[in-house]
Amino acid sequence: MTRLQKGLWAAVAVAALGAGAQAVMESRAPEVATSAASLVVAEFELTGHDGVVRTEEDFWGKWTLVFFGFTNCPDICPTTLAEIAQVMDDLGPQADAVQPLFISVDSDRDRPMDLAEYVPLFHPSILGLTGTPDQIEAAAASFKIFYERVPEEDAPDGYMMGHTSQVFLFDPDGGFVRLYGYGTPAPEITSDLSARIDARN
Amino acid sequence: MLNRFSRAALVLGLFAVAPPVLAGGEDVVVEDAWSRASIGTGRPGVAYMTLRNTGAEPVVVTGLRTDLAMMPMIHSTTTDAQGVTRMSHMEAVEIAAGEAVALAPGGLHVMLMDLQRPMVEGESYTLSVIFADGTEATVDVPILGIAARGPAN
Repeated sequence: MTRLQKGLWAAVAVAALGAGAQAVMESRAPEVATSAASLVVAEFELTGHDGVVRTEEDFWGKWTLVFFGFTNCPDICPTTLAEIAQVMDDLGPQADAVQPLFISVDSDRDRPMDLAEYVPLFHPSILGLTGTPDQIEAAAASFKIFYERVPEEDAPDGYMMGHTSQVFLFDPDGGFVRLYGYGTPAPEITSDLSARIDARN
Repeated sequence: MLNRFSRAALVLGLFAVAPPVLAGGEDVVVEDAWSRASIGTGRPGVAYMTLRNTGAEPVVVTGLRTDLAMMPMIHSTTTDAQGVTRMSHMEAVEIAAGEAVALAPGGLHVMLMDLQRPMVEGESYTLSVIFADGTEATVDVPILGIAARGPAN
């Protein structure tokens, strides 16, 4: 099996998992289906761009903003990184209570050193996380996110990644709070997050 | 003889469905062009701008050229109902008469592949937009910071 094929099979496995999870949710009673959000949990073991291995427990005590992408992504990923950077600037002192995490879905190209030269340039507080294909697959399954490797002749290395582009918010106990859809303006995220931090203090 | 007739009919048919005359680059104004700085040359760069067709005929963008990147192309980012985002290559982008098409974060964008040099904040480069009739519109694209969010930053 070539590397590309393996990547593709990993993507297929995740897609099947995602479809399975969705099928399960849809087959349940509506009142259960509406609580589907509670199925989103943060469970991962990934390596930070500083080379340190992290699990979700390392971030308990802080609000975490989690989003997915890859560093060869020219449009969506830098846009979201820039929005989150703006949120962190605008939060002022409250930013100390928030940890943004950028999780790569492109383990072949994004090693910790690749994230290290990319992610902190947007904001020093943002931590990039990556791992082996299995580790990323496991993290994706816990967050219920979808990603796929799309062969594209013209793209660098012959592929692009499709991926979930929302931003996930978890509270300091590690509980899933909400999603911010792609394109949510930074001021909206800032005011929502700021109110939640105030309410908890 | 029949063959000739059918060929003539085919030609007429083609004319019947042929698009109207397309205007070219002289009618297009490129506004608010900007790029984000890159880290080295290993990853694709991006450019955004608004293409305004001031003419009375539609124009079709069919290509791009810049000495900054060997393969500049227009990509479209789409996000489905589940929040999954994908990119696709746009072979052609039509701009209706009097209309503007925005290349902006999260939608259409110029993907600059095979960078020939790093994109350095504060510098700029020349990008030519090529139209179906072979004409071009050329713009100087300023390179903003890597975390820039729009042309005003």
